[in-house]
Amino acid sequence: MAAESINQRVVVTGLGVLAPNGHGLEAFEAALREGVSGIRFIEKLAEQNFACQVGGVPQGVDELEHAYLAPDDLLAMNDAMIYTAIAGIDCWRDAGLREIAPDAPVDWDTGAIVGTGIGGMQTIGERLIPMVDKGRVRRLGSTMVEQVMCSAVSAKLGGLLALGGQTTTNSSACTTGTEAVIDAYHKIRTGQIARMIAGGAEGASHYTWSGFDAMKVLASQSNDAPARASRPMSASASGFVPGSGAGLLMLESLASAERRGARIYAEIAGGQVNSGGQRDGGSMTAPNPDGVVRCVRAALAGAGIGPGEVDAINGHLTATFADPHELENWRRALDVDAGRLPPINATKSMIGHALGAAGGLECVATVLQLHHGFLHGSINCEDLHPQIEPFRASVVQRTRAFDGRIIAKSSFGFGDVNGCVIFRKWPS
Amino acid sequence: MTEAQITEKVIALVTPYVKNRAALANVTRDTTFLADLGINSARLVDIVLAFEDEFGIEVSDDAADSIATVGDAVDLIGKLVP
Repeated sequence: MAAESINQRVVVTGLGVLAPNGHGLEAFEAALREGVSGIRFIEKLAEQNFACQVGGVPQGVDELEHAYLAPDDLLAMNDAMIYTAIAGIDCWRDAGLREIAPDAPVDWDTGAIVGTGIGGMQTIGERLIPMVDKGRVRRLGSTMVEQVMCSAVSAKLGGLLALGGQTTTNSSACTTGTEAVIDAYHKIRTGQIARMIAGGAEGASHYTWSGFDAMKVLASQSNDAPARASRPMSASASGFVPGSGAGLLMLESLASAERRGARIYAEIAGGQVNSGGQRDGGSMTAPNPDGVVRCVRAALAGAGIGPGEVDAINGHLTATFADPHELENWRRALDVDAGRLPPINATKSMIGHALGAAGGLECVATVLQLHHGFLHGSINCEDLHPQIEPFRASVVQRTRAFDGRIIAKSSFGFGDVNGCVIFRKWPS
Repeated sequence: MTEAQITEKVIALVTPYVKNRAALANVTRDTTFLADLGINSARLVDIVLAFEDEFGIEVSDDAADSIATVGDAVDLIGKLVP
């Protein structure tokens, strides 16, 4: 490998998004700017006696899917796979790559890391377990494995686009989507491949959400007011709102992007994933603060950026007890007083917590903000949490113009795992 | 049930699995499910289940393995239909 090829600059040349509050870049950007909530009352959750009866589910997919997928494809695709396909095809087209066709040759220069948190739970719950428990294994048909395998989301997308690079799925709970972006970044940076589609996807299934409801970590106080249910950083936050969808980014080496004259949204300056070891306050369900601080600092160091150069933060911020701790961890990581923390916002206030898709959707939101020069307001935090009060000046409550160069995006997950990616504005 | 009726139902049942949609316009007894219609071989399992449900029959694994063409399916179903 030539010396120059092992330290490639990595840029974002395409985006695809299917979110509860918008499909496609224009709709999603408008929803972010205008503070449009994608949280709705979910009949099924009420029927099944969930404490939380609201969720974030992409709208109109029943019609949309036929514009993207052939009938025989749809026979073997659950929600998570369909969401991935829609966002993935959009991302591919947005990147200006060749026409998608069943007989297109293999693209050996592009791969995919599409993560998911809970995998094919919808198919397992609705089809596999009921049939097997009735002794009707033979009646399952041929389509179970390809839908319940963890890599279903990346595998199906790989076939639709004829990807010839590594095509895989990562899973690290709520860090998943951000981890995928960071893993893809390292793969391109080290010259292993020219392009990777990276991000996350999560289906909308009450089976997926049930365990969180039982943990009492879901918002149960706003079933009659869904748009107000997701309240990161709020004093009245009562847990997160489960979400779903897919957010994908086309990462590409700068050399490849320049060679084909691709439009560049932003550069990935650095990224880091780590774990807090489930010590010193960390556990299967809570982060070790030192792990978070180290993750952010390592991401900055890798990017060659000082803590003072971070112009904004897109937080993990789910609307649980952890939000105040997250702000404090950011304060420590950047070594500033609370009043000097860079502006911070919570995309989950509008789309809920899309679990394995969260990092992907929020990285798309971050790149859109950087590229188009705005910071979206976090809705539903008018009543700031008392422990977040010292950070009041930093909490972005209303959408505003932004001319900064660096946005840091973080995600944290069960298992005490952390991810932080540093996006740098690309000069237009 | 006449052979024509069975043929019509067989074609309707396999249609959702067909990749090569153009080939549906000229289906004959000799049309193959895999090469001509472009059906993914794994889906033959699902197609046989659909035959069983539609015609109220049970298809053994050996019999299922013998189905390569539309004519094979129609003949087999004709023999099994009560």
